[in-house]
Amino acid sequence: MPVQMPDINLVTMLPEILIAILGLVVLLKSAWGDENRGGKLVLMAIAGVAAAAAITLGSGNGSSFGGFFINDPFARAMKLLMFLATALVLFMSMAFMKRNKYDGGEYQVLTLMALLGGMIMASAGDFIVLYLGLELMSLSIYVLAAWNRDDVRSNEAGLKYFVLGSMASGFLLYGITLIYGTTGTTVFTGVATALGHGHVTSATVLGVVLVLAGLSFKVAAAPFHMWAPDVYEGAPTSVTAFMAVLPKVAAFAAIFRVLLIAFPSLHSHWNPLLQLVALFSLAVGAIAAIAQTNIKRMLAYSSIGHVGFILLGLTAHSGLGYQSVVAYLAIYIFTNVGAFAVILLLNREGVGDEVADYKGLAHKRPMVAFLMALFMFSMAGIPPLAGFMGKLYVFMAAIQSGMMALAIAGVLFSAIGAFYYLRIVKVMYFDQPAEGAFAMPLDLPARAILAVTGVIMLFWGLFPGSLLAWSAASIKVFL
Amino acid sequence: MSLHHFLVLSAILFTIGIVGIFLNRRNMIIILMSIELILLAVNINFVAFSHYLGDVSGQIFTFFVMTVAAAEAAIGLAILVAFFRNRSTIDVEEIDSLKG
Repeated sequence: MPVQMPDINLVTMLPEILIAILGLVVLLKSAWGDENRGGKLVLMAIAGVAAAAAITLGSGNGSSFGGFFINDPFARAMKLLMFLATALVLFMSMAFMKRNKYDGGEYQVLTLMALLGGMIMASAGDFIVLYLGLELMSLSIYVLAAWNRDDVRSNEAGLKYFVLGSMASGFLLYGITLIYGTTGTTVFTGVATALGHGHVTSATVLGVVLVLAGLSFKVAAAPFHMWAPDVYEGAPTSVTAFMAVLPKVAAFAAIFRVLLIAFPSLHSHWNPLLQLVALFSLAVGAIAAIAQTNIKRMLAYSSIGHVGFILLGLTAHSGLGYQSVVAYLAIYIFTNVGAFAVILLLNREGVGDEVADYKGLAHKRPMVAFLMALFMFSMAGIPPLAGFMGKLYVFMAAIQSGMMALAIAGVLFSAIGAFYYLRIVKVMYFDQPAEGAFAMPLDLPARAILAVTGVIMLFWGLFPGSLLAWSAASIKVFL
Repeated sequence: MSLHHFLVLSAILFTIGIVGIFLNRRNMIIILMSIELILLAVNINFVAFSHYLGDVSGQIFTFFVMTVAAAEAAIGLAILVAFFRNRSTIDVEEIDSLKG
């Protein structure tokens, strides 16, 4: 019997191969490199990520390994967002490294491996590939969260993230076994075909629910959000910035693929569930954040709220809804990176993470305070900033799909959420600073990141056309 | 032995794993063991389905799950060792410096 060769097309996964090799090279360089290699390795990693982004943009559609690995416009769009997030966070962490006198390469390697895992998730066409990408990303981030070995809070963040993340992977896997058992395949398109023909059993539905629960854990959607505030608070700030953006994009890419390619025929089962999760996330994000005094904790709840808005767009189940999700994710990345860049900048000068530590920032550092206010206004969804456009399109999609009640709930929670964003602005502008606070000089990476994110807040808020066209093109595969 | 026997065994192991994580208030190592138990339940499910479906991809998945489980255990223990060095305890109730 002749052996049938699978269609292995390595060109499809060139960006992944590049990032994997880059990670290994950085690892070797960190062992044998010269003095002061930390900063150089960051620049090397950023250059590699930029090259991978260029290759991704230039690549065409294709699939490899018998449909296990897919390269389509959606995968490319999600990867582009991940490249941007990783490059910005790596650039930002140069200051963090200098402050901690860290001169190695493991941090960069783990960041690149997490990126690789996320890229694989965005391109997965099969549950095996999805699981492997998810674990590669999660395991790297568990270690990153526990990065400050001597800081008990960082250890604890890593430990909590590890335990709850592993349990989420367990849920996801158990769900996958049930789907495999009832459909006889792990390929997304095969699952869809099997479910389209056969009758749906309760085991299949349980499988879908468990897979959805596992992925909701990864995006920190309520009621699977308990780990997020603790982990965000305990992890080093640059790592918090990273895990606020990369896993969200990767897991939403996976949710898109699983729900819309593998389970489209079970829409009536998963959509009400998704709406419930969206509503919970909106409520937790808006209400629980009010009581927080730690700014990283507050941003954790704020990200739960944002996840609620993104899920709201997803449940609209229309082209406009999916488009709003991609646009919202892009805006979310820049807003969060900007806000965390400000926190990191102030951290470096010994300013703590409490909201009270930001008293009077505007008197000493008007530009930094102005940008922080910009990010907060954008998160609250106040025009003419980018965050407003993101929310506007989500609500438009929800209303167009007849989800009036959910849209109204979204607006209400958005209004409640505005309270705690505006509180930060109030503290920065109307309270008196402590003696000798905020004497820091701004270094180049901080200036560059704040300038880029700040300009994007205004640009996408005033001229959202390019963002909307790009996001509309990326989701065509699901229509 | 029918498929049901394996599925029930796997469901019981999975439940013990989940309950072990939530009910255990004393020892962090037990949580790591519970996580392994969850993954083992998943593997039993995969192999049982794979055998009864006559399809090999479930068994391939099992190999990947075992590989990842090894990496996961290594990372979990490493983080736990780092925590123990700072706090000199692995009591679950003592892991409480982050609260809000």
